[in-house]
Amino acid sequence: MKFSEQWLREWVNPANDTQALMDQITMAGLEVDGFEPVAGKFSGIVVGEVVSVSPHPDADKLRVCQVNDGNQTVQVVCGAPNVRNGLKVPFAVVGAVLPGDFKIKKAKLRGQPSEGMLCSEAELGLSENHDGLMELPEDAPVGRELADYLRLNDVTIDVDLTPNRSDCLSIKGIAREVGVLNSLVVEGPEIAPVEAVHPEVPEIVVRAPEGCPRYLGRILRNVDLSVESPLWMQEKLRRSGIRSIDAAVDVTNYVMLELGQPLHAFDRNEIEGGIVVRMAKPGEKLVLLDGQEVELTVDTLVIADHAKPIAIAGVMGGEHSGVSENTRDLILEAAYFDPITLAGKARHYGLHTDASHRFERGVDYELARDAMERATALLMSIVGGEPGEIIEVASKQDLPEDRTVDLREQRVTDVLGLEIDRTTVEEILTRLGLHIDKLLKNGWRVHVPSFRPDISIEEDLIEEIGRIFGYNNLPVTEPTGSLGLRPQKEAVRPVSAIQDYFVSCGYQEAITYSFVDPKVQNLVDPERDGIALANPISADLSVMRTTLWSGLLKTVVHNQNRQQPRIRLFETGLRFVKEGDRIDQQPMLAGVVVGNQFPENWANGRRNADFFDVKGEMESLFRLLGIEVQFLASQHPALHPGQTAELLRDGEHVGWLGTLHPQVQKKLELNGTILMFELFLNSIVSGYVPNFKDISKFPEVRRDLAIIIGSDVGFADVERVAKKHAGEHLTALRAFDVYEGESLGEGNRSLALSLFWQHPERTLNEEEVHSLFNGVIEALQEELGATLRS
Amino acid sequence: MENLDQLVQDGLAAVDSADSLQALDQIRVEYLGKKGVITQQAKTLGKLSAEERPAAGQKINEAKGQVEQAINARRTDLERAAIEQKLASESIDVTLPGRGQDLGGLHPVTRTLQRIEQFFSRAGYTVEQGPEIEDDYHNFEALNIPGHHPARAMHDTFYFNPGTLLRTHTSPVQIRTMEDGKPPFRMICPGRVYRCDSDMTHTPMFHQVEGLLVEKDVSFADLKSTVEEFLRVFFERDLEVRFRPSYFPFTEPSAEVDIEWGREEDGSIKWLEVMGCGMVHPKVFEHCGIDAEEYRGFAFGLGVERLAMLRYGVSDLRMFFENDLRFLRQFR
Repeated sequence: MKFSEQWLREWVNPANDTQALMDQITMAGLEVDGFEPVAGKFSGIVVGEVVSVSPHPDADKLRVCQVNDGNQTVQVVCGAPNVRNGLKVPFAVVGAVLPGDFKIKKAKLRGQPSEGMLCSEAELGLSENHDGLMELPEDAPVGRELADYLRLNDVTIDVDLTPNRSDCLSIKGIAREVGVLNSLVVEGPEIAPVEAVHPEVPEIVVRAPEGCPRYLGRILRNVDLSVESPLWMQEKLRRSGIRSIDAAVDVTNYVMLELGQPLHAFDRNEIEGGIVVRMAKPGEKLVLLDGQEVELTVDTLVIADHAKPIAIAGVMGGEHSGVSENTRDLILEAAYFDPITLAGKARHYGLHTDASHRFERGVDYELARDAMERATALLMSIVGGEPGEIIEVASKQDLPEDRTVDLREQRVTDVLGLEIDRTTVEEILTRLGLHIDKLLKNGWRVHVPSFRPDISIEEDLIEEIGRIFGYNNLPVTEPTGSLGLRPQKEAVRPVSAIQDYFVSCGYQEAITYSFVDPKVQNLVDPERDGIALANPISADLSVMRTTLWSGLLKTVVHNQNRQQPRIRLFETGLRFVKEGDRIDQQPMLAGVVVGNQFPENWANGRRNADFFDVKGEMESLFRLLGIEVQFLASQHPALHPGQTAELLRDGEHVGWLGTLHPQVQKKLELNGTILMFELFLNSIVSGYVPNFKDISKFPEVRRDLAIIIGSDVGFADVERVAKKHAGEHLTALRAFDVYEGESLGEGNRSLALSLFWQHPERTLNEEEVHSLFNGVIEALQEELGATLRS
Repeated sequence: MENLDQLVQDGLAAVDSADSLQALDQIRVEYLGKKGVITQQAKTLGKLSAEERPAAGQKINEAKGQVEQAINARRTDLERAAIEQKLASESIDVTLPGRGQDLGGLHPVTRTLQRIEQFFSRAGYTVEQGPEIEDDYHNFEALNIPGHHPARAMHDTFYFNPGTLLRTHTSPVQIRTMEDGKPPFRMICPGRVYRCDSDMTHTPMFHQVEGLLVEKDVSFADLKSTVEEFLRVFFERDLEVRFRPSYFPFTEPSAEVDIEWGREEDGSIKWLEVMGCGMVHPKVFEHCGIDAEEYRGFAFGLGVERLAMLRYGVSDLRMFFENDLRFLRQFR
């Protein structure tokens, strides 16, 4: 809400300066967003009067004027279209300085001397309007300093109000706060009922009382809307960010700013029959004041006449029934519309008006009559007219209930952490306009006025007390309370341990958006549809990720496009998968690797990372976590068919490791061999607690063998068969060489293995080891078709 | 016997000129070995009288000792030289970079989150997680933000359907934790949150940490100390903190927290808003089945990226999610 400081000070005038005033209301919860002087910086501008206008001998568009500046009459050449005899204008005399440090000097324009300049609003920094000269009222005193005459020593203050403080959407409301903060009495204009001078009243029917619990109407006959609203009113509106339109609109806006009650004026002669407040009917249309035609939805509260809707209640009037210069008779409307009924309606029609802003947050439901009287009086003082009676239709049961709230003294102390004495509490409440109905044994019964719809419980009152007392005047104490120790599972490693592990393996952590490009996701997870957002920010961020790869691969593209050939990234976060009606939100751990395995230097060389580099890192991770994971040759639509491992723990799927499928890689415009993994975090974080076994004192025995075996037989199979026949005292089995070559015959490879045995309680003898070793060899021959390499 | 002195002189000269251990050993054999020229002198003793013999024997022994000593000294020298030569040949350029893996780094948001979590964990808070696709009830209703509430407009919400959305804050985690447990509570809820807004100063996803403390006896004054201490610990500075009345549907009283962030031209403090907080609204307790007469609570919430930007001087919020390596590497 923007308002003029001067206007506020007409209501309440504390001794503090502008900055102190703004700090004060900010610290009371009305946050000042900014402020602006109401005019540019200038000097030497006076009220001038054009006393004669004659054409310029050498220029069609220029006129030669004689201007009275109060002391003398000087010649000024002017090009404005509205310059005319008798006009009062802001006049910059020779020596004046305009905003932007523009100095006015004697000049010649097309040969004619010119001593000074007649000014537009824009030239004075009053508005953007530079269509013509600013026209001052006829009674403006010639020669008076303009800044003085227009009281331009003023600022526009912009307050960013929280949605609960609808009571401060007016000068009256802000003045009330300032009054409380400075312990000053607040005084506004006197509002008295305007007596009717004719019997004509509008016919008003409210068919939707729950949406419109109160509706007031009054006829004002024979107004003259060709009369402009007075300069002081236009100025106050301008300084509050509202443009002057005509007297009727200006007055309704003025009263809304002053008191907080939005009003509307209809042209009575455009209304057929009477006024009906009802819900819109299916298919009804309305052309609004801003010229747009809307199709009304049936949940929209409208003001209608007997034939058609004429306004969206509390949002905007219709063009057809709006007032114009030719309007003779007005119907003035002042109503209380229910905030819940109006919630979101303006937005639905792409609108946000000063009226809808207030009604949605809650207008004082007792204010309509005062506002109507105030508007009538103001209007009559400008455009004349004959007022009729006010017709009020109210539904008591639909109006907000009169509220009282009990406040306990002890509760104030408990919540704020400080005992505040009774007098202070009572004074704060009373100045805020909250009446103390009754003193209770342990506190107060407080009556909540109609302008504070936000107050309904004890805590609301405590907040008011704390706020006015000053949060920064409250003490600072340490919370007490028992701190019980909590269980901590040793076998479960924190995710931070995993993150640290990857960091030490040279990975950079990435955080990518949870919503991704469906095109990318289709490539890496074609068998699943991502859950789509109804209102995505853009098409490439429109579905929830089903795999972290979607975001990570895009990150690789981003970095490869920026000359980063070596990329190692990991990410942890949720993936989102639809399982029937259920949405599974599963924590994942994923990574991508491309480029050199080690940073290129004299010692590391420049070897590209391959499957076994990343597999090694995975294996170390699993040792860190204390879990055993099997790598099974498998297929994944995004991965290279010959370089894909499915990861299993106790037979349960825990993730994937593989090389990105070259076709997918090409479609994503990625370079190099890209290794990727993704694991279900919850399946891997829980390992075991170590359990000590005695260290054997007896020697370990090692036997090596080399076999030739089909390339389609995995090492895992060899290991399984060997272990099965190696007896219980086998302590380790390692592949120390793998070789493929023509000499072995096509489809064969050679595997060299070491086996280690150790007995916990004695030395193994030669025959035992020999027999176990031979058993392993025979089994490999029989079960896997291996041959011993000579 | 004059010969013996000559032999010693010759021997010492030979030792002196020996340039390798091998040559030195040959000299030893030549002079002191069984058939060495000095050893052989002992054979002459037989020709001497019994009276002369001891003195002559002693002379020979002295000659042997003299040469032996010289040999040993020379050996030590030669050995030292050999070692020095070997070491010299093994020297490397220690200024060359080392071999092996580079170090990666945590994302600055994670780094910031970990610091925040550490602070509150030490103060006895648990770290709670929850779903990011939420229902309307937990994200809004239970937090005292009913459907028509104007505060909903403050949360530009991503929807999947009218009842399902991406959480706009991590407060629903607090609701879920309170629903499932019994007071007292001390928890923080870090995580991703989403708002349908994207420009210079907004990203559609960002991170929040919300904290909650529920005890029988807790006040706004306790909230103030927790927030102030946290901010001073986080920024490692004794900065000014102020509490400004504000509005959140789920707290009452509510405050926004400003910290001192430089000075204005006139010397007054420049304030910067960094957090929101307040006392838990009784309606929120009601939704979670907690008696607001018995328990009170305070809650606070902060934007992680905002704190990270201030802490590390990052100028553009959007960089956090571009994951440009040149950006990320600055935080390891």
